[in-house]
Amino acid sequence: MTDLVCEDLSMTFVNPSTGFEVEALKDINFTLKKGELLTVLGPSGCGKTTLLNMIAGFLRPTSGKASLGGRMIDAPGVERGMVFQQGALFEWLTVSKNVDFGLRMKKADPEKIKKLVEKWLDIVGLQGFGDTPTYQLSGGMQQRVALARCLVNDPSVILMDEPLGALDALTREKMQSLILTLWKETGKTILFITHSVEEALLLGERLFVMAPRPGRIYKEYHLPFAERGLSESLRDIKQDVVFTEVREEILTMIWDMEEEIMGRG
Amino acid sequence: MVDWFSDNRGLVAALMIFSLVVLFMWALFVGWRDTVLTSKNQVFGDPQRTSGGWYWTICGASTLMLVWFYFSWGIGRAYMPSAANDMCQVAKLDEALSPIKAALPGGARYYKSTLLVARNTAQLNSIQKELLSSAFSQAEQKLLNELIEKIRSLMVISSNPKNLSVETIEKIDKLVLKLDAVSAELLSGTQGLTPTAIALAQPKWGTTHVEIPIAPITPLGILFDKGSVLASKAASLFQTIKNHAPASKVVIEELKSDITVLKNANEIGEFNGGIKAQRVAYVKSLERIFRRLDDGTIFPANSLEGINAAIARLDGAREIAQGNFQLMQALFFPGPGVVKSRTQCSEQGSARWLPKPTDVIATFLKLANPDINSGGGYKGVPLLWWEWKPIAGFVGFFVPNWIADFWPGDYARHRVDGSIELNLKDKILQFATGKIHLGSVPALHGHLWDSVFRVLVAMILGVVLGVPLGLFMGVSRFFKSFFDPLIEIYRPVPPLAWAPLILTIFGITDDGKVFLLFMVAFAIMVISARTGASGTQLSKIRASHSLGASDRQIMWNVIFPNALPEILTGIRIAIGVCWGTLVAAEILAGTTGVGFIENIARTVSDYELIWVTILIMGILGLLFDVFMRLLIKRTIPWRGQG
Repeated sequence: MTDLVCEDLSMTFVNPSTGFEVEALKDINFTLKKGELLTVLGPSGCGKTTLLNMIAGFLRPTSGKASLGGRMIDAPGVERGMVFQQGALFEWLTVSKNVDFGLRMKKADPEKIKKLVEKWLDIVGLQGFGDTPTYQLSGGMQQRVALARCLVNDPSVILMDEPLGALDALTREKMQSLILTLWKETGKTILFITHSVEEALLLGERLFVMAPRPGRIYKEYHLPFAERGLSESLRDIKQDVVFTEVREEILTMIWDMEEEIMGRG
Repeated sequence: MVDWFSDNRGLVAALMIFSLVVLFMWALFVGWRDTVLTSKNQVFGDPQRTSGGWYWTICGASTLMLVWFYFSWGIGRAYMPSAANDMCQVAKLDEALSPIKAALPGGARYYKSTLLVARNTAQLNSIQKELLSSAFSQAEQKLLNELIEKIRSLMVISSNPKNLSVETIEKIDKLVLKLDAVSAELLSGTQGLTPTAIALAQPKWGTTHVEIPIAPITPLGILFDKGSVLASKAASLFQTIKNHAPASKVVIEELKSDITVLKNANEIGEFNGGIKAQRVAYVKSLERIFRRLDDGTIFPANSLEGINAAIARLDGAREIAQGNFQLMQALFFPGPGVVKSRTQCSEQGSARWLPKPTDVIATFLKLANPDINSGGGYKGVPLLWWEWKPIAGFVGFFVPNWIADFWPGDYARHRVDGSIELNLKDKILQFATGKIHLGSVPALHGHLWDSVFRVLVAMILGVVLGVPLGLFMGVSRFFKSFFDPLIEIYRPVPPLAWAPLILTIFGITDDGKVFLLFMVAFAIMVISARTGASGTQLSKIRASHSLGASDRQIMWNVIFPNALPEILTGIRIAIGVCWGTLVAAEILAGTTGVGFIENIARTVSDYELIWVTILIMGILGLLFDVFMRLLIKRTIPWRGQG
């Protein structure tokens, strides 16, 4: 099984000029089974992105380890696809050249590349945009390209770092549905970081609320809304009483954390 | 065509000016109609308000051209082709009268005599003051004081009209008559005056090295020419008028002997070194003032009133004779007009250093003519042409000679019978030194190509070596830290400060200039590539890592394209700086190139050629920049939109 396992993951940053140490993460333990969709939520500075970067292999933990399918993570890899907030597209390439970037780097068969690219552009709803330069796309479309670029490589885990953070509300909702659909259809494990409580609730099969100083998992939720989102309208789910209750609970939690930080600062 | 243009530049200028005026008026009208008569969608400050407006561009360009035509006397020459000749004749008159005028209030505010009296009095006063602290004995001081007073009395004598000699009075009266004769001549009108065939056969204004034809070609010109002949006779008479008053003769003799006595005393007397030098110097300055008064150049003021009045009458006659022409001159020939010096007349003011547009075109056409034998090109080299060049030369330039040295074996040695058989090693050497026939290819050559070639070679070298280094410096701690001192130490030195050193090391060949330009281009390329590389968004790098790209693939597929806008901007800047440096390098040392032409033109004050080279450089620099802008637009359309 290709489970994502984090054992006692800790990260301490040292300010090079002052020597001041910050415990960004401390003793993070969790196991993400194949096909699970985990959303991570927390006030700013709680180490969400650090956690993601460590799993992606961009950062080495100070102690503890993360492993995927039993293999320790010590470098970036194709099996862990990334989707960034701003898309991080290569603006000098067309949509299809962006999508097939990973395949081209692997020197895959051009015929196969062409078919795969067409398939994925279809899935993310960008059919016919293959030859469009990416800088001409809207923010939502850019994120679709980023999704396709990641998925075409067939990663076991998809790591998303606030991918919908810069989108307008309407596009955002469409993209949330798309992510849910993709999750269901591909059965990929997804780790989704967001600062929107609603989004975390809507998408997360599991939800971690993290707390800062030191960064840690404060509370875990198991939620039904992602399953429901596949068949129901997201707007209806947001009206749900349970949904509203949990949302208020988490909001209060995060507000308290923020106030504590402000008080300390 | 070139010759026709050269001979008819007046006509061409007239047509050009006419079309420029028409163009200017038309553009002004269109501009006025579009700005005043149509309602605007933009408010003040909206950048949209600056878009469009081609008619103002036409207006601006034609204004510039017309201003150029005007200040270079181009308009004057186009519509009044004989004006300069007339102005030359007037200048002849002015030149002839200048020594007389310089001595009169009419031309120089004061009488020259007044100025002389003032100067001599001031000098005598100061020398008298010096006497108290001088190296002379009491008795000598008394004598010297008397001497100074005598010199003063000379001025008094020559300032009094009663002391004027009969001869001087006669000469003054004669001069007045002569000057009035000049006035009469000028007022006699131009009827019946016809230019000589020789005068008419002179080359036209501005077509030869002698700017303005000197012999008169219009009736007005002939009138002034005749006047100037009379005036120069009057001037020679003026030179002979001296005021040697009979009353001053005795005083002068006394002074002469007094000064001789003083000089002898200085010679014989035993003084120590310092004192003696002081005494000698004192007597010498006294003698100098005395000699000036002995010249007879001081006249009683009222004795010259007649001449002054005659000159005023002459100036009046001059103006009447010139008539409307004077107004034309003031309107279309800005500056002090034409000045005659010894053998030729030349344009003064802005027309002196600002050649007429048509002259610049003619000079350019002559320079651009590839036929050296018919006077084209410059110093035996065309501006831009092509020729057959042996391929071996290029090979020899690029293949280093040491390749042959590394080939195993020895070079051939001559045999006992004196014959030499070449082996493979010799043949490789021949190949490397370009001494082997490999056929010929057409290649560009000429001054312009030489300049462009130097920039191109330096740019290619700078880009090929600088961009990779810059990219590595942008991503690698080692490269950044290791090469930073090297770049940062030589880059801030202005390229022209390097030029003397590098040109001395390499000599006047292309190598030195190319190396100098390479240094310029290299630093700019390194810095721009480095900035571009280090400016890559971290998320893009991380994304490509996650997509499975290797380090080398990321370098080539992500960092390089990401740095491309910076690199192209760097190239654009580097070409501009190289171009500027090149001209300076060619001026410092070189035998070909546009800068070389300008430098030689400078030494012979060939303003037209200087302007032609300036314009060539400007236009070429502009073309480079436009080309780079187009290239940037086409290669990196995503710029600023990522």
